Amino acid sequence: MYQYNEQDQTLIEERVTQFRGQTQRFLNGELGPDEFRALRLMNGLYIQTHAPMLRVAVPYGLLASRQLRMLAKVARDYDKGYCHFTTRQNVQYNWPSLDRVPDLLAELATVQMHAIQTSGNCLRNTTSDHLAGVCVDELEDPRPYCEIIRQWTTLHPEFAYLPRKFKIAVSGSEHDRAAVQLHDIGVYLVRNETGEIGFRVLAGGGLGRTPIIGQTVKPFLEKKYLLSYLEAILRVYNLLGRRDNKYKARIKILVKETGLEKFTALVEEEWLQIRDDMLLGEDRIAAMQAQFTPPAYESNANSDTGLAQRLTDDAAFAKWFKYNSVDHRISGYRAVFVSLKAPDSPPGDIGADQLDALANLADDYSFGEVRSTHRQNLVLADVKHADLYSLWQRLDALKLATPNIGTVTDMICCPGLDFCSLANAGSIGVAKEINQALDDMDYIHDIGDIKINMSGCMNGCAHQSVGHIGILGVDKKGEEWYQITLGGSSENEAAIGDRLGPSVAKHQITESITRILDVYVQHRLEDETFLQTVKRVGLEPFREKVYANH
Amino acid sequence: MPIIKNQRILENTWTFVEDDAPLPAGDITVSAKRWTEDKAALLQHTGKLGVRLAPADNVAALGDDLPVIKLIELNFPAFNDGRTFSQARLLRSRYGYQGEIRAIGNYMTDQVFYLHRVGVDSFEFNNPKDMALALSAIKDFTIRYQASTR
Repeated sequence: MYQYNEQDQTLIEERVTQFRGQTQRFLNGELGPDEFRALRLMNGLYIQTHAPMLRVAVPYGLLASRQLRMLAKVARDYDKGYCHFTTRQNVQYNWPSLDRVPDLLAELATVQMHAIQTSGNCLRNTTSDHLAGVCVDELEDPRPYCEIIRQWTTLHPEFAYLPRKFKIAVSGSEHDRAAVQLHDIGVYLVRNETGEIGFRVLAGGGLGRTPIIGQTVKPFLEKKYLLSYLEAILRVYNLLGRRDNKYKARIKILVKETGLEKFTALVEEEWLQIRDDMLLGEDRIAAMQAQFTPPAYESNANSDTGLAQRLTDDAAFAKWFKYNSVDHRISGYRAVFVSLKAPDSPPGDIGADQLDALANLADDYSFGEVRSTHRQNLVLADVKHADLYSLWQRLDALKLATPNIGTVTDMICCPGLDFCSLANAGSIGVAKEINQALDDMDYIHDIGDIKINMSGCMNGCAHQSVGHIGILGVDKKGEEWYQITLGGSSENEAAIGDRLGPSVAKHQITESITRILDVYVQHRLEDETFLQTVKRVGLEPFREKVYANH
Repeated sequence: MPIIKNQRILENTWTFVEDDAPLPAGDITVSAKRWTEDKAALLQHTGKLGVRLAPADNVAALGDDLPVIKLIELNFPAFNDGRTFSQARLLRSRYGYQGEIRAIGNYMTDQVFYLHRVGVDSFEFNNPKDMALALSAIKDFTIRYQASTR
């Protein structure tokens, strides 16, 4: 994991000082609300329905146990004892008070955390694969490049006032677990025909009101040009992106309106003028890679024989093992998912005591590190086979072992109308209702890989348009209604879901979802996933069932 | 009104001339449009010459004229129009502009650190109270993660 040096530390402390001054000027009436709004957003601070909401950065989803303990402390001292993990691997607090936010940020800085550029029309947190460095299908660890990009984006003087927010994701594996194609810039590590590893760069992806899948602007970019290419894209966007209409200001609209070919030509023209002045040296890459060297794995971890026995003896453990852990590139280890989707808890939420306990588990079982996933769960990435059973028991006692990763109850969900001032409809309550309707774990496991994503408004924080089943809250004359889409995906075969039909009323949404699942079970061929069935049979059978007697 | 130049407070000696107004004596700035249309007449002027750019103006259009342009004013219609930052960066890094670049209009003292970094070296504020804040804000950060003008 990247270790801050003195400069990194100084920067985040100077940021706290700066924000303290800005907050003071606002509270004294010396800084107008519009001006302070832009400044506080770039420090992750929204003004929400009940109180400010603070979004804390978790760069590419990596957390040390001491940072988890600080998140717990902040949850207790500044919030109501819990926090929420977001689809961009970050953490949100819903109840801090404005005047105490500078103190909160100062506490975070003591463990090398901050809220810099977690909101606002600027370069946001760079996200990545939550299994980076441990998965079996990886070409190269993306995290060193994420950190290089993190530093480049942090306080970039030219790109702090962009037309709109700007998100970058990097993935180095075959299976895209980072929704790379749905980012303003997506970066895949790839190998070219001569065997050299470099980047495929996509631009113009994004969710929100107009979901668009990113397109390739550079099929192969040499590593040394990473930052110059990003800078070229950003400069073209900063100068030409629309500023007259915030709904048309994302780079996806610029790419669409300009046309991919012309947009790419503009980027290339800019890039050719700067690329030799901004080379990313091999020494810099090597130094960064040295920050992400593998932990001290035990060479005899694969000699464990107890695991097989436990799996035979304990069906509950076996289920958890199957759904909440995955293969590791080192024999004798597995990566373990910590489910933040317990049936009675809002998706992505975790309490202060759970955070503290999880920090201990990370120290005891996984080299003191935890990762956050874009599906709002956590990962202990390096667990020995011999430790899995006791880890499971301890997670289960913490209600963090619901065996539902990748299943229908592993929903992505935004805070919705209960917390967010943008939302048109509730989402947490609906998630709870769906969970209650789907209380049969065997059924859930039988229907398998189904991703439900639910947002309380068309800003789409919960990526509903790329959910296998997407649920979007809409306002109809003051009432909460829900629009359903089917067939979306954020993985390799990225797709925007198709609208099933008219939106349904709040009291009908849960039944609509269970009917959709019934149609799948009825139509599926052997081993066919939900997404495959939807592709094969189309929307009609689902439509018929959902809108019958509604 | 005083300005900040090279981190010192100085009197402003420049006057902006509207497109249809006659040229006064002394140092003047004009719009990009007037510069293009009236260049021959402007070059006869005895005072120093400058150009005021709006965010949509393409800095490349000033091209070969940069050596005779002693001041470029970058006007913020609203503080969140970030094109200004790219204009300054391009003027310094790509076109090698050596003259004064001044931020004017509706921007915040909280932006002067970034403006200074991309190459702006003087600042005019609508509210004189902002001068002291701006002098301090230029030094908000001692750390720089990326290359820029400085």
